[in-house]
Amino acid sequence: MLKDLFFIFISAVLVNNFVLTYFLGICPFLGVSGHIESALGMGMAVTFVMTLSSAICWLFYNLLLVKFNIVFLEYVTFILVIASLVQIVEMFIKKFSPALYEMLGIYLPLITTNCAILGLSLFMVTKKYPFIESVVYGFSSGLGFSLVLIIMAGIREELKFADIPKHFRGAGITLITAGILALIFMGFSGLISS
Amino acid sequence: MKESETLIQFKKGLWQQHPIFRQLLGMCPTLAVTTSAVNGLSMGLSVTFVLCLSCVIVSLIRKIVPPQVRIAVYTIIIATFVTIADIFLKANFPEISKSLGPYVPLIVVNCIILGRCEAYASKNTPFKSFIDALGMSLGFLWGLLLLGSIRELLGNGSIFGIYVLKGIFSPLVVMILPAGAFIALGFIVSLINFIEERNKKC
Repeated sequence: MLKDLFFIFISAVLVNNFVLTYFLGICPFLGVSGHIESALGMGMAVTFVMTLSSAICWLFYNLLLVKFNIVFLEYVTFILVIASLVQIVEMFIKKFSPALYEMLGIYLPLITTNCAILGLSLFMVTKKYPFIESVVYGFSSGLGFSLVLIIMAGIREELKFADIPKHFRGAGITLITAGILALIFMGFSGLISS
Repeated sequence: MKESETLIQFKKGLWQQHPIFRQLLGMCPTLAVTTSAVNGLSMGLSVTFVLCLSCVIVSLIRKIVPPQVRIAVYTIIIATFVTIADIFLKANFPEISKSLGPYVPLIVVNCIILGRCEAYASKNTPFKSFIDALGMSLGFLWGLLLLGSIRELLGNGSIFGIYVLKGIFSPLVVMILPAGAFIALGFIVSLINFIEERNKKC
C-alpha cells in the first residue's frame, strides 16, 4: 500500500511530470515563471486546488456519473466542479486567512482555465485509481508542477542578464529553455519501470 | 466597406494575431499532439469545429446571458461541443482518437476558445463572430500542421506517414519526444519574430 503510494508520488513528481511530459499547464508555466516569488504562489495555489479537485472529482465520477450511467457528461461535470471549487476556495481563503489570500490572490481565478487540473481529473479516471491513490496522485502532480515552475523561474531570473540574440528574446528562448529542461527530466525516466 | 472590415478580422487570425505564434495561446494541445502531421491536422479540425460553433452560439445568446455568469455559461457551451467532437472521433476515427488521447477533452480549457468567445463573439453579430472564429481556427490549424510536419520530418523522416527522407538522413528521435516540441516551437516563434521585424522595416 505505502509502496504503491510512494511509486505514484515519484512517478508524478519526476518521471511523468505534468508540465514536461504531458504539456499540461503550459500557459501559467510560461506566464508566471518570470519571478521565483510568483512561481511559488502559483505552485502553492495549483497544488492546493489539485489535491482538493482530485478528491471531489473522484467522488462525483464514481458515486454519481458511473452509478447513473451518465459518463458522457464527465467533461461538463469536471469543469463545473473545478470552476466552483476554485470559487469556493477563493472565498474561503479570503475569509479565514487574509495573509494566504494576499499571496495566492491573483493566481486563484487563473487556475480554472489551467488545463493541468482538468487533465488530472481525466488521467485519474483513465488510470482507475482508488480514492486515496487519487488524492496522492493529485497532490504529487501539483508538487511536480510547482517544482518545474520554480526551477524555470530561477533560470529565467538568470536569463535576464544573458546576451540573447534579438529575435530569440521573450517567448523563443523561454520555450527552448523548457525544451532543455525536459531533456534533463528525461534522465529520471529510468527511475520507475512500469 | 463592411465587407472589407470582416475580411480584415478574418485575416487577423491567420497572421497578425496568430493564436500560437503571436499570442502564445493554446500551448498545451499545440505541443502535445504535434508528433505527426496527421495528429496536428485532426486536432486543428476538432478545434475549428468547437470554436466556430461555440462562437456562433455565444453570439446568439449574448443579450440574454447576465454578465455575472457569462464565463460559466461559455464553458458549458464549449464543453458540450467538445463532448460531441470527442464522441464523433471515437465512433468514426478510433485510431486518431486514441493517439490524441486526453487532449481532445482538454479543448474545453483551451484559452483560444474562451478568449474568442469573451473578446469577440460576446460583442458582435453571429456572422461576424463566425468569420472571426474561422480565421482564428484556420490560423491555429496551419500552425499545428507546420509544427507537426517539422517534427514528423525530423523525428521520423516522414510526412503524413510517407517516408521521404529514407537513407538520406537518420531521424532525430528527440524531435518526437516532449523536449523536441519545446525546442521546435521556440525556433519557429523566433523565426516569425524575425520575419515580422523585417516586414516592418520595408
